[in-house]
Amino acid sequence: MQSKKTVIVDYGMGNMFSVLRACANAGLDAVLTADRKEVEAADAVILPGVGAFGAAMENINRLDLAKPLKDFCASGRPLLGVCLGFQLLMTESEEFGMNRGLDVIKGVVRKFPVPNNEGAKVPQIGWNAIKQCRSWEGTVLEGLVDGEYMYFVHSFYVALDSTEAACSNTSYAGIEYTSSISRGNVFACQFHPEKSAWNGLKIYTNFKKRVTGE
Amino acid sequence: MKNVRIIPRLDIKGPNLVKGIHMEGLRVLGQPWEFARHYYENGADELIFVDVVASLYQRNSLKDIISKTARETFIPLTVAGGIRTIENMKDILRAGADKVAINTAAIQNPEFIRTASRLFGSSTIVVSIEAMLENGKYLVYTDNGREYTGVEALAWAKKAEELGAGEILLTSIDREGTGEGFDEELTIMVSKAVSIPVIACGGCGTLEHVAGVILDGGAEAVSMASVLHYAMAGRSDAARITGEGNTEFLRSGRSLSTITPLGIGDIKKYLRSHAIPCRHELDGINAK
Repeated sequence: MQSKKTVIVDYGMGNMFSVLRACANAGLDAVLTADRKEVEAADAVILPGVGAFGAAMENINRLDLAKPLKDFCASGRPLLGVCLGFQLLMTESEEFGMNRGLDVIKGVVRKFPVPNNEGAKVPQIGWNAIKQCRSWEGTVLEGLVDGEYMYFVHSFYVALDSTEAACSNTSYAGIEYTSSISRGNVFACQFHPEKSAWNGLKIYTNFKKRVTGE
Repeated sequence: MKNVRIIPRLDIKGPNLVKGIHMEGLRVLGQPWEFARHYYENGADELIFVDVVASLYQRNSLKDIISKTARETFIPLTVAGGIRTIENMKDILRAGADKVAINTAAIQNPEFIRTASRLFGSSTIVVSIEAMLENGKYLVYTDNGREYTGVEALAWAKKAEELGAGEILLTSIDREGTGEGFDEELTIMVSKAVSIPVIACGGCGTLEHVAGVILDGGAEAVSMASVLHYAMAGRSDAARITGEGNTEFLRSGRSLSTITPLGIGDIKKYLRSHAIPCRHELDGINAK
């Protein structure tokens, strides 16, 4: 039997190697690619990314990846969005003027207020708690404890139009924001599970189970 | 209050973990990988690797250690020492680092910060500032505390932020390796002046020092070496040393009289008991 193939979309934004290593740790057969055909043919897709929303969408459009990614989300095959990869699933971002996103999930990407009444520095760089806002059963967060710590690096956060898809909330700079979502086959998180030690690796292990149907 | 990070700093010379005082008189303490794994399993929030001689010889011998650590530990990893070009950065990031810290190269060419942060994203670029107090002024040194620059730390920190640095790793050369406590004055001065996170480094000797540099120094993260390393050094698994270096300390089996070793778990327990939030294991297990 041929093993299931996971594609990590390498569209030139940030260090994808840590995602690749987390996949290897979870036993997921993954490759880095920017080729739309490979995305279309994949059994599962991981959309990572670090950096600016506008530049990321520019790269995605230039590589002709927007439609394949949207189609993939609609296909029922598992997709994991991480950090900027989570934000890109939204309708738009207010980073340096308005930028259109993939519009898979209705929502806006906003900047943390600076200064803020908590004296919190922006970007948020560090560990923070993810608080359950609905059951994690059947999502890739299954098995984690409510309030678990994950590693975050970001200046912008996701504000969903409707919080139906939200799995967890996190508080920073006086804002309580959605830190992960799950809707059908699409899961995405603002934090970096590949940098969140053994608890983050559980997310990759759970994702692998979805990919292989274990 | 925000969650603070506890970051072990591992100074590396050749194949070994070393530690000096005021960045000199390096003692070999053991195998870097054994220390890195131990800290990871005991709740370190990040790791910083510093190639302490790279800047001097313009080389970087860390890649093997980085690769192994990145394959087997899953927390952020910052690498410093001898990173001078975009190519150097690509190499180190490809080997498994998440962030790179630059000092000498940034001082020589401040625009390098801008170029690097545009290319890799601000959150990947840490500017390392090593400062010494002289006639009432904090002045920046490069090449691991060897080279005088005459640049003032405060002005340099502001400029680094403006050029796109994502974080500042702030080391007090005066306190480094002494266990006498962090330079809180230096830390609060820089922390108040920039809107990016400041990692305080140099001088950690007690639990009170850690809490102090957070509460009074305004540090977002705290980095330490000796207090953690001396709890590990001498353990048989860590002490398999190879290559050159001053191994007299290890062979003698002595402990460092001025510093009481601490575990990461001790530090976090203390911080939490003083209402300073930090990541901890929720089910009470402090390891994997």
